[in-house]
Amino acid sequence: MNDLLNQLELVGDWLTSSQQWRGDDGIPHRLLEHLTYSGLSLLFAAVIGLALGLLVGHTGRGAFAVATLANLARAIPTFGLVVLVVTLAGLSTTPVLVALVALAVPPILINTFEGVHGVDPDTRDAAKGMGMTGWEVLLKVEVPMALPLILLGLRVAAIQVVATATVAAYPGLGGLGRFIVDGLSRNDYELVIGGSAVVVALALVVQAVFTALRRAVVSPGLRAAATKS
Amino acid sequence: MIKFDAVSKNYPNGTTAVDALSLELAEGGITVLVGPSGCGKTTTLRMVNRMVEPSAGTVSLRGRDIREVAAPELRRGIGYVIQHAGLFPHRTILDNVATVPLLLGWGRKKARKRAAELLELVGLPATMAKRYPYQLSGGQQQRVGVARALGADPPVLLMDEPFSAVDPIVRGELQAEFLRLQKELHKTIVFVTHDIDEAIKLGDNIAVFRTGGRLAQFDTPERLLAHPADDFVAGFVGQDRGIRRLSFVQASGLPLREGPVLPVTASVAAARALDEPWVLAVDAARRPLGWAAVAGLPVGGTLADVQLAPLGHTFSLAGDSARAALDAALLSPSRLAVGVDAEGAVAGVADAYELSAAMTETTTVTPATADTPATADAAVAPGATPGAAEAGEPAGEPGEPGEPGNRPVDGGAGAGGPRVTGPAGAKGGEGR
Repeated sequence: MNDLLNQLELVGDWLTSSQQWRGDDGIPHRLLEHLTYSGLSLLFAAVIGLALGLLVGHTGRGAFAVATLANLARAIPTFGLVVLVVTLAGLSTTPVLVALVALAVPPILINTFEGVHGVDPDTRDAAKGMGMTGWEVLLKVEVPMALPLILLGLRVAAIQVVATATVAAYPGLGGLGRFIVDGLSRNDYELVIGGSAVVVALALVVQAVFTALRRAVVSPGLRAAATKS
Repeated sequence: MIKFDAVSKNYPNGTTAVDALSLELAEGGITVLVGPSGCGKTTTLRMVNRMVEPSAGTVSLRGRDIREVAAPELRRGIGYVIQHAGLFPHRTILDNVATVPLLLGWGRKKARKRAAELLELVGLPATMAKRYPYQLSGGQQQRVGVARALGADPPVLLMDEPFSAVDPIVRGELQAEFLRLQKELHKTIVFVTHDIDEAIKLGDNIAVFRTGGRLAQFDTPERLLAHPADDFVAGFVGQDRGIRRLSFVQASGLPLREGPVLPVTASVAAARALDEPWVLAVDAARRPLGWAAVAGLPVGGTLADVQLAPLGHTFSLAGDSARAALDAALLSPSRLAVGVDAEGAVAGVADAYELSAAMTETTTVTPATADTPATADAAVAPGATPGAAEAGEPAGEPGEPGEPGNRPVDGGAGAGGPRVTGPAGAKGGEGR
């Protein structure tokens, strides 16, 4: 109990000390770096995951390949990948982005595929029978119906990316991971805990953003049906 | 209107869904495709809007090969209703119905206005417009499915077992509603079902398919029951097709006698004087009140003092079928069916024997009293009986849908009817 209170006090002290909010090593700058890594990786992952997921879900072709690929990608250790790419490509943002994209693609891809693939065949048949073209079936029926799952995939990916982007600090890059890595090497626990707290807070914000997004874009007809079953 | 010319559908695995089908469907009528599962009826339906492409032969719509039009464009001009409605769960009821108008680029306002009209047409309250499909019952969803198919007012409607996923009571309502709509809209409808009762109730013409995608018979419901082309068709239409045929005989042609009808003010003595086991008490306008058993009458007084036995039900000479008349006879306490005219006044009575004698005559010479234009020029498919080729008598307007008594398909009279075997007693075969 005392420990916990101590730690909270440490975090409080650290967060409120004015030097944390200025300069290259301040929270705003590190947060911006962190968000840049996370945002870019998520963007690339979303482009790859959504495109593939929609394509495979819509056509039904390559479903097995997608599942296998996604599972393989999931097994890759992110940290190992970062070190590997840094060794091969030298110190830059690229290895971090590659690793984070590799981490984020599987949940987006699998959920998008499942969402589109899982659309009731009767509904798809009706859509086609009404005279919708393939694109119209995809955009007017399959995507709206798959939205809850697509958003779930994006959320899982986003939270994983935000949490894992701390590894960028290991090969000497920025981001919120800097506080943790530097704190550990300097035995500065105030720094470690403070940095971790900011990462956790960021993950919670991401979660909240996606909850709001879901409210805004998923049809009430689907939300109610989902909670009913 | 819709013409199949030597159409076949073979699948790579060697199965033949439809085998050399030639069939011509008349404009403005309901053609029911019926048969056991795997007989190719749904495949046939889906070839009309290119949901399935034939392996051989041509399908034409109003004289044009349907392959001349791009599939999506073709489909926007053909209504499509499927078994589980297939509504879009993410769209409101109104927007579901507006689907095709929106695809056709009518603009949101006009499309929604049209959708609102259609909801009213299929009997759904305007308050449903803003709801989502999961908030509706199966029957209501199916109504929305029909409304959606009518979106752009297509001349042709394809319906694939639209009513088979709802319970029997709702199904009856939907069927009645459907016939009412059709009377108003005069669409050319292709309707798939596995239920021969539904086929007979709804169809102006019925195409019976056998396993392997072959057409067994194409005929009016009446002729299908009277002259099944072969044992397969006879077996498929069922053992009680003799009874079912009575649905096509108008009750107005049945011989009735005056019988033991007395005003309710008549004395008990007058009732005894008739020397009948039962007397029918009527009011001043000759509307039937109930039966009185002569044996149980009190010593004196009038029929008004007597506890009357209920009528069972009467049949109307103005609209009911012979089947309703026979049913009335079987359910009546006196075994006499009471026929009433359009005003509800007693026209006369008859028992089951008298009725069956008359029916034997009328069902062999079918009444040509129907009021629909003859659908006779519909092509008669290979395999139809020679006699069926003349296809002279349309089935008659398929029932006054609002009146449940008109075309009973409940089989209530069933095989229990004494001595009422149809002139062409059903052949063997285990029915459906």
